[in-house]
Amino acid sequence: MTSRRPSGRTRAILTGVLGIVALMAVWELYKWLAPDGGVTVGGATVLPRASDTAMPHLWEMAERAGQPVNRSSSAVPLWRAVLEAGAFSFRVAAIGWLVGVVVGFLLAIVMQRFRTARSAVLPWVVLSQTVPLIALAPLVKGWGNKLEFGSFQWEPWMSVAVIASYLAFFPVAVGVLRGLGSPEAVHLDLMRSFGIGWWRTLWRLRLPASVPYLLPALRLAAANAVVGAVVAEVSTGLKGGLGRMIIEFSQAGSSDPAKAWAPIFGAVLVGLVAAGVVALIGLTLRRYRYAEVS
Amino acid sequence: MKHHIRKIAGVGVIGLTAALALTACSSSSDDSSAPSSSAASTSASASTGELTKVKLQLQWVSQAQFAGYYAAVDQGFYKDEGLDVEIVEAGTDTVPIDVLAAGDVDYAISWVPKVLGSIEQGAKVTDVAQIFERSGTVQISFKDKNITKAADLAGKKVGSWGFGNQWELFAGMQKAGIDTTTGISLVQQAFDMNGFLAGDIDAAQAMTYNEYAQVLETKNPETGKLYQPSDLNVIDWNDEGTAMLQDAIWADSDKLASDPAYADTTVKFIKASIKGWAYARDDAQAAADIVTAAGSTLGTSHQLWMTNEVNKLIWPSTSGVGTINQDQWDQTVAIAKGTKDETGSTIITADPPATAFSNEYVAKALEELKAEGVDVMGASYTPIDVTLNEGGN
Repeated sequence: MTSRRPSGRTRAILTGVLGIVALMAVWELYKWLAPDGGVTVGGATVLPRASDTAMPHLWEMAERAGQPVNRSSSAVPLWRAVLEAGAFSFRVAAIGWLVGVVVGFLLAIVMQRFRTARSAVLPWVVLSQTVPLIALAPLVKGWGNKLEFGSFQWEPWMSVAVIASYLAFFPVAVGVLRGLGSPEAVHLDLMRSFGIGWWRTLWRLRLPASVPYLLPALRLAAANAVVGAVVAEVSTGLKGGLGRMIIEFSQAGSSDPAKAWAPIFGAVLVGLVAAGVVALIGLTLRRYRYAEVS
Repeated sequence: MKHHIRKIAGVGVIGLTAALALTACSSSSDDSSAPSSSAASTSASASTGELTKVKLQLQWVSQAQFAGYYAAVDQGFYKDEGLDVEIVEAGTDTVPIDVLAAGDVDYAISWVPKVLGSIEQGAKVTDVAQIFERSGTVQISFKDKNITKAADLAGKKVGSWGFGNQWELFAGMQKAGIDTTTGISLVQQAFDMNGFLAGDIDAAQAMTYNEYAQVLETKNPETGKLYQPSDLNVIDWNDEGTAMLQDAIWADSDKLASDPAYADTTVKFIKASIKGWAYARDDAQAAADIVTAAGSTLGTSHQLWMTNEVNKLIWPSTSGVGTINQDQWDQTVAIAKGTKDETGSTIITADPPATAFSNEYVAKALEELKAEGVDVMGASYTPIDVTLNEGGN
């Protein structure tokens, strides 16, 4: 057992690296094979352009990352600017994720406890995800501007975190609700026969049983929170994060394409880190993961 | 044992996330408290006493299009008038006039045609200073397409951004007798100029201060050098007679009428802003550097180009910077009422109310500026020559 595990881990790392190399190969191969103008059928583009402005070479992007953002004396190298923006977006997304997970969890427990709550709330939970972000973002920002409790002042980044949590709570609410309802009737009957109340049943039986449903939900929530944070940054123009960087650098989309790609790699990196953090949380709950649902 | 270690690791991870969350809170609140604390210290040092807090909503992120306001902050022109101005940047979904109408900011920068629609829908806002006198919107094409005037767009693939940026183009084509529903093929244009460079678009929309420069910052694969102005034809809507008024300072109409302090602040705000624009005219390089220092990540040669082009939209001024010229206002309103876009709708259906613009405040500001010896006409203004580098860097 102990001798097999490290090799399994090494293999996992190798597979991961191989995946990245394969992706890079596909990018360059496509660029090499596809015509610069892309492939169009009857006026509709079916395969994207492969020109240097649309798809810069990987080494060009790497080289650009090492150069300063612009020629001003205070400019930092591009990779550093992207990492700093990524850290900012990650923090906002992490807060959104935490809030979303807590809200989702509470909603799931309420819906599990009261049948009426489930029939009343669940449709709204589903409906909430159909509201487009671009409609939501200015509203949330506008409400935030009016909030003030004593010395507490609503900051623009909080609006972005709220939007991230809005996307993050959904998978948690739905996943945990299913998880809480997953114990078999025999087990519930056993609890009942011992005269154990709802709260202790929740703690001893339902919560442990929900873990296999919880972990995929947390992972989805993390991905949603990152997407939500970046899109909300684009939408509200919040300074400091990757979303804002994407808008600003897109102006150089034709003339300095490698620069415009940099924040996109930053967003990928943030997503990977977020997934990694959730995987670490999963490790701590390992004893409950006898049957992962995915 | 293993479980314990995992548990500890898990607690650690959760703690780490929480800590990150908290640092985000604290660092951001530090950022936001910085301006207020500095405002407090400046007001303490200013002999005139408390500064009036003013928020200005831009229509985009910080860039030299707004150089005058950034220069006025940096050079202390607002402070001289007793104002503590905070510049609020916009995102892709920010409608400056909505933010102003909601009372979240005191003034907003926006194009006149975009606001006319909001006014018809009930927004009570007033154009108190028309900073840009000329339109910066052009339609560019490569020389070999032979598109030199609006009429030449017939039958061509014409790019448009839409979202309220298309009206001068549509007015120009309709004036030239082109049926804009069947006579052209309209192409939705993105932020970048890739569609134009790849030939998807024959004539692309561009701002002189931005997208036009983006093309000139791109290497021509045929020559290996940057594209040159001589490679391009430019249709200028100012020449075609369908220009509409662009960047203006908007204020809350009801507050102007009911709150004398706000009306007074408006004069001061316009005065200091014009001073900022005069600064940008006289030293474009310094103004561009101020914008870059304010956090714009645009390339430095692009930033200087933008400052210079924006200056050309303001200077020389016909009746003093910020003055709304009746003929230009009327032309903007006429186009807004009479031009149909591809969906068949117009911006407005009736004339805007009299409160839609007012020269009262800018006239006072100009008078004070003239008394101080500030050149508000720029009769002798000559643009500088800007060399663009690849990527605008």
